Amino acid sequence: MPEPIIRAQGVHKHFGPLHVLKGVDLEVAERELVFIIGPSGSGKSTLLRCLNRLEEPSSGSIHVDGIDMLDRRTDINKARQRIGMVFQSFNLYPHMTALGNVLLALRKVQKLPREQAERRAWAALQRVHLSDRADHYPGQLSGGQQQRVAIARAIALEPRVMLFDEPTSALDPELVGGVLAVMRELREDGMTMVVVSHEMGFAKAAADRVVFMADGMILEQGPPDAIFGNPQHERTRAFIRQIDRH
Amino acid sequence: MSNWDRFLDSFFNLKVAAEYLPKIIEGFWLTVLLALCIVVTGLVAGLLLAVLRSFGIRVLNWLIIFAVDLFRALPPLVLITLLFFGLPAAGFSLTGFASTWLALSLVLMAFAEEIFWAGITAVPKGQWEAARSTGLTFLQTLRMVVLPQALRMTIPPLTNRTIAITKGTALASVVAVQEILGAAQAGVSFSFNPTPLTLGALAYLVLFVPVVLLGRWIETRFAWKR
Amino acid sequence: MTFDDFLSAFFSLDILRQAWPILLDGLVQTILLSLLVVPLGLLGGVILAVLSTIHHPLLRWPLMAWVDLFRALPPLVLLVFIYAGLPFAGLEVTAWQAVAIGFFLNTGAYYGEILRAGIESVPRGQMEAARSTGLSRGQAMGFVILPQAVRNVLPDLISNTLEVVKLTSIASVVALPELLFQARQAQSVTYNATPIMAAAVIYFILLWPVVRLLSRLENRQLAGRR
Ligand SMILES: Nc1ncnc2c1ncn2[C@@H]1O[C@H](COP(=O)(O)OP(=O)(O)O)[C@@H](O)[C@H]1O
Ligand SMILES: [Mg+2]
Repeated sequence: MPEPIIRAQGVHKHFGPLHVLKGVDLEVAERELVFIIGPSGSGKSTLLRCLNRLEEPSSGSIHVDGIDMLDRRTDINKARQRIGMVFQSFNLYPHMTALGNVLLALRKVQKLPREQAERRAWAALQRVHLSDRADHYPGQLSGGQQQRVAIARAIALEPRVMLFDEPTSALDPELVGGVLAVMRELREDGMTMVVVSHEMGFAKAAADRVVFMADGMILEQGPPDAIFGNPQHERTRAFIRQIDRH
Repeated sequence: MSNWDRFLDSFFNLKVAAEYLPKIIEGFWLTVLLALCIVVTGLVAGLLLAVLRSFGIRVLNWLIIFAVDLFRALPPLVLITLLFFGLPAAGFSLTGFASTWLALSLVLMAFAEEIFWAGITAVPKGQWEAARSTGLTFLQTLRMVVLPQALRMTIPPLTNRTIAITKGTALASVVAVQEILGAAQAGVSFSFNPTPLTLGALAYLVLFVPVVLLGRWIETRFAWKR
Repeated sequence: MTFDDFLSAFFSLDILRQAWPILLDGLVQTILLSLLVVPLGLLGGVILAVLSTIHHPLLRWPLMAWVDLFRALPPLVLLVFIYAGLPFAGLEVTAWQAVAIGFFLNTGAYYGEILRAGIESVPRGQMEAARSTGLSRGQAMGFVILPQAVRNVLPDLISNTLEVVKLTSIASVVALPELLFQARQAQSVTYNATPIMAAAVIYFILLWPVVRLLSRLENRQLAGRR
């Protein structure tokens, strides 16, 4: 088996007295789409944010694309370029156009010359089908469009891995489809993705593996059919019953 | 002479006005210069402190907060007095101009830091995270993502505060600076006629009415809701 | 200059002991002065704010001009104009009277703007609901609108009050024996900066709690407005 592109081992995270991650092991292979589900507060976001070190793990080790993310000598800003992240609340920069949002890191971190950066930014906007909105400000875009711009901002940097933290939960139902469609296309292009989401339909159709988290631990994982159809753990069963009802 | 004539003769005496107008105009430019100096140093120092504070170095932040509180609590005239009349006791003296400049800059610095800082903290945490996740450094994020949003929010309160503090330039007359009020008061005591004071008041209005109107305009233009 | 020299120039206990009685006198005057001018300014503000709810063009523009006039004129200029100018018109005013008039005009304008914003922040339906229960316009204003308006702009009101209390120090210019004036007197007879330093410390102790409170309220306000 080839070396996994993400390897997190024994990751613990404390927030003061709160023990939020209790020894999480997670490996993700190249081109794999891993889906993380679990009740709110179980540590899913914290795990994702540890992967690109937006959150500092208390202990454990994390390697992404061969880089030791927790090594003090690692240039973290360079390493983060290989890990795109998409947030529940989009977090687009409100004072910049869609194109400006995508351009910023290309220009300032990758230090690309203007023309090349713009070419890359346009291409990224095209991939999310928003090149006609390039000069719109976030306030002039729908939630779904904003989230697609956020995806473009991440993929423009040509990351090796994409992390999605509940990318559709802040969206009105009719806008969810467009974002999922873009994610599916990304997957077809061979992007490695870790997705925290409760979009079961998408998970069943696109995920290679579903991971169930509770109380800061991974309770069980497996192919979508197995997890959704025949969960082993009582808590998994309860959780899936609950979201199925929605 | 009727009352009205006497009133005109006192407050709008053309002969006195003609004699002291040049002094008032000199004072006018001195006020402008003093005000500009205060605005530049006060705002720059305030922004610098707010940026320093965002590094979250605890002891440094306590010092910054204390300095801000200090210069918000002390009346500007007390500061000017302390610098102008007090410092010579320590062996060095500042001119009236320098005392006022320094004192009001410190006051503006304090208010500006407070406002800038409130603006910075009002930018949602997600903005920091999104920027950092694309590999921008702390300083790049602060400069290109957070400050532009924070500054926009701070423009209305900052404008009003800046106007209020620059009006304090009149306090310089207390420490013998011949800015508008100083020149006007000197004129009154020489001519024994209050017309120079009228001129002085008019000069302030010429200077500050446009600024106050600008402040009103900015308040509506940059209203909080975006 | 040694550290001891510095101490004896700014923190001399001897001098402090001598100056203490007149500083205390000054403090009492400052407090009395504040108790006079804050209510006066508030009164002026309420008048202006209530007048501004009468939406009539003949009233609106003069009101705005009035407010902007006194926002543009530095308070010290206004005070000197009243104190040194009015006698030429045959109106002798004492320092207290001059300060009272000046603060009524100046602070009234500021309080007026704040209260106006507060009144505008109360939904129109409140007035209609109050009137529908048979309250008169004045009653509705006094019992329903103003209380809500005041609550909505409380931080601004406190902040302005802090500025007004600090501003009482300009009364020293017209020889009203408040804290700063007394400190200056003591300094000029002792040739020592300790009295001014002491006055600064007194102001700080008096006003620091207010500054702390405000900084909390303002941060919350800015964060909430996004
Ligand atoms: N910065 C933080 N400080 C303190 N507690 C936090 C912080 N971030 C998350 N938590 C806590 O950690 C737990 C896990 O949160 P999170 O990872 O967001 O869960 P999930 O994404 O699965 O809903 C929650 O109890 C949350 O309150
Ligand atoms: Mg979460």
